[in-house]
Amino acid sequence: MTAHGTLAVLAAVFAQLSLLAFGGVNAVLPEMQRQVVQVHHWITAAEFASLYALAQAAPGPNMLVATLIGWRVAGLGGALVTTLSLCAPSSLLTFGVVRLWYRFRDAAWRVVVQRGLMPVTAGLMMASAVVLAESTTTGWKTAALTGAATVVFLRTRLNPLIVLAAGAGLGVLGVLG
Amino acid sequence: MSESRTMPSLAALFTGFFAVGLCGFGGVLPWARRMVVEQRHWVSETEFTELLGLCQFLPGGNIINLSIAIGARFAGAPGSVAAFTGLMAAPMAVVIGLGFLYDRYSDLPMVAHGFAGLAAVAAALVLATALKIAAPLRGRPLGIVIAVITFAAIALLRWPLPPVLVVLAGASIVLAWRVPGRFRA
Repeated sequence: MTAHGTLAVLAAVFAQLSLLAFGGVNAVLPEMQRQVVQVHHWITAAEFASLYALAQAAPGPNMLVATLIGWRVAGLGGALVTTLSLCAPSSLLTFGVVRLWYRFRDAAWRVVVQRGLMPVTAGLMMASAVVLAESTTTGWKTAALTGAATVVFLRTRLNPLIVLAAGAGLGVLGVLG
Repeated sequence: MSESRTMPSLAALFTGFFAVGLCGFGGVLPWARRMVVEQRHWVSETEFTELLGLCQFLPGGNIINLSIAIGARFAGAPGSVAAFTGLMAAPMAVVIGLGFLYDRYSDLPMVAHGFAGLAAVAAALVLATALKIAAPLRGRPLGIVIAVITFAAIALLRWPLPPVLVVLAGASIVLAWRVPGRFRA
């Protein structure tokens, strides 16, 4: 495929994800993985997990995994295309709606829609977690680390960055091998 | 001071969100709230919560939608562009830098092992968030059924998201409307 062709397909894939991301970008991780790994074969599932982890190690919004996928597939241009494509459609929608918002924020239908979307978002997030954990689990040790870190995140208010660093540290020390 | 509101300029929108983008490790939202409400007094706490409600209701990254909404609130489309580019500039540069380093050194066994640990914890972060989001479903049988079907369709059957979302979100909204009792705790 030509470079421009790849950029166009990247734009189409991430623009579609933008409008599907009810509950935030994490809710569309499985679809993002399905598209870039299974449908377009741009990267492997293991690379996807690595790029996701890398995005978590940077400051800023958690959609940076899209930036990294674009960068990996098509360099700097790819990074810009995936980032903007993932942001533009939802941003335009927000821009259009924000002025109307104060008019319908108390409307009964809005409450119903929000309540109806909630279980779907919960299911999507759980799917994201499982799809991601499948590709990060290389053996019982990494599985145990994921389990233990989940308990830490649920039970403590520890800064996630400290836990991420601890996980990386355990890996570097060869504990997980 | 808490009641006085400041009208931010385009430059202030950019720099304010630029700082938020740099600080936001492991969740940008608390930092955005601090900057917008407590430090710069652009909007009241109530208005912030309402704008956030809108941003969570619409698809897309919540914090990105928030930068768009706050920018639009004060300076229209240029305001949205200023806030959005401010928010994204530094994190994008940092993450590409990290990607470059990873590419360069990922062949070293130590780096590869460190990454295995980092990725396992990153998966845990999503798992913990998912469990927190699912917690209010307790005592709502219909909500649980919808969540389980969504999970199975995406994670186990690996069906494409667009049709799954249209069918299940549609069904779920109709259920929330017709039988609200089983949807609420």
